[in-house]
Amino acid sequence: MRNIFLFIRRYFNFLFFVILQVIALSFLFRYNRFHEAAFMGVASEVTGRMSERYNNIEYYFHLKRTNDALVKENERLNNMLLQNFAPSDTSSRIVVDSIKVDSLEQYRRYRYYPARVVESFTSLQTNYIMLQRGTVQGIQKDMGVISPQGIVGRIVNVSDNYSTAMILLNRQFKTNAKLKKGGERGSVEWDGKDPQYVYLKDIPKSATVTKGDTVITSELSSIFPPNIMVGTVNAIINDKSSNFYTLKLKTATNFYSVFYVYVIADLHREERKQLQEETKSSQ
Amino acid sequence: MSSLVKNTIRFVLFILVQVYVLFQVHPLHQFIVPYLYFLYILWLPFNTPRLTLTMVGFLFGLSLDYFAKTPGLHAASCTLIAYLRPFLINILIRQEGSEQNYRSPSVTSMGFAPYATYVIILTIVHNSYLVFLEWLHFGSILYFMGKVLATTGVSLLLIFVAELLFYRKEKFRTNIA
Repeated sequence: MRNIFLFIRRYFNFLFFVILQVIALSFLFRYNRFHEAAFMGVASEVTGRMSERYNNIEYYFHLKRTNDALVKENERLNNMLLQNFAPSDTSSRIVVDSIKVDSLEQYRRYRYYPARVVESFTSLQTNYIMLQRGTVQGIQKDMGVISPQGIVGRIVNVSDNYSTAMILLNRQFKTNAKLKKGGERGSVEWDGKDPQYVYLKDIPKSATVTKGDTVITSELSSIFPPNIMVGTVNAIINDKSSNFYTLKLKTATNFYSVFYVYVIADLHREERKQLQEETKSSQ
Repeated sequence: MSSLVKNTIRFVLFILVQVYVLFQVHPLHQFIVPYLYFLYILWLPFNTPRLTLTMVGFLFGLSLDYFAKTPGLHAASCTLIAYLRPFLINILIRQEGSEQNYRSPSVTSMGFAPYATYVIILTIVHNSYLVFLEWLHFGSILYFMGKVLATTGVSLLLIFVAELLFYRKEKFRTNIA
């Protein structure tokens, strides 16, 4: 027994170092719910507040670009308005069909919340952005985040007034997307290299793809509404040994100049999740 | 200014510079991530007890982690270099008693060649360990090698610039003082 104490005393520095290493590595590899709840919440409040200060200054220098992005978005939305469309001949008339197929009621599926980006990283392998909106303002985990230009990411962590979103440029991020032209679905991932490009995998070779084609979110995605821009095809990688193309996409969102985003709440998320779990447990 | 106050201010400044300046630089290449923050650990005074040094390294890395949302990644590498630091200093110190005569490691206190060796070795260790941990999650051997070399190069360049810009006057301390 005495020898053990002597040993500990002699190598206390080393043991202390090993303990700290183990703590750090367990943070890294077993990033779990407890850790998220216990540390990340408080830490986000602190880092968020500091980033907000910094962002207040930085934001000013990006006003012009932010404004351009918002004007472009307004243009796109205005072009979708119904009053822009006139009948081609006078005998016919456009009527808004008030009888739904499901005649009971019309329901809302998605709700959008605006949020300001106070902190963003693009130089790491796991990149996150921090938004100035939290549980108090209605943000929950697993909501989708989009910018005026296209998809951005998914909320992974929420504190009272701030939330953290994993962005498309994160090697753990995955989402489902489809080609606008043919509708073939695949999954979007980032390979950790160039922050301007992501990859769309598992597109069957039967699809007709050309450079410049648009890729949008698919109906299968559990976080984004369908038909939101993901990017445009920059190169087609043809792997001879497989039946699938991998497409290199240029992201629609410019992650360096994202200053405002929309957080999307899927009002059916709970229902979907419950159904999924029930299906799993019944098998 | 007392050593504690000075080092606390440095702690905050290094974190802020790393987060709000160096991490905001648009990536030039996938291999290049400019890391400078760990210079704080290299600049800590000689007489810091080894336990404190390891602990400070851990806390320093962890605070950066909370900004970068990578819990444990930087903490692990900082703890490693903070632990290794006393061994290196013992080997590289110029003459007996130099650690009593000067406050902290610098070109004046250690001499150019030993100080350069000290910085280079710890930078390489820090970056290799950091990239290694990243590489365990994802990556290939080429990525590992390339990234270690590129980041180390950039880090050394930044440290060199920092040393020139913030020249630390090291007073020779005698027993009277």
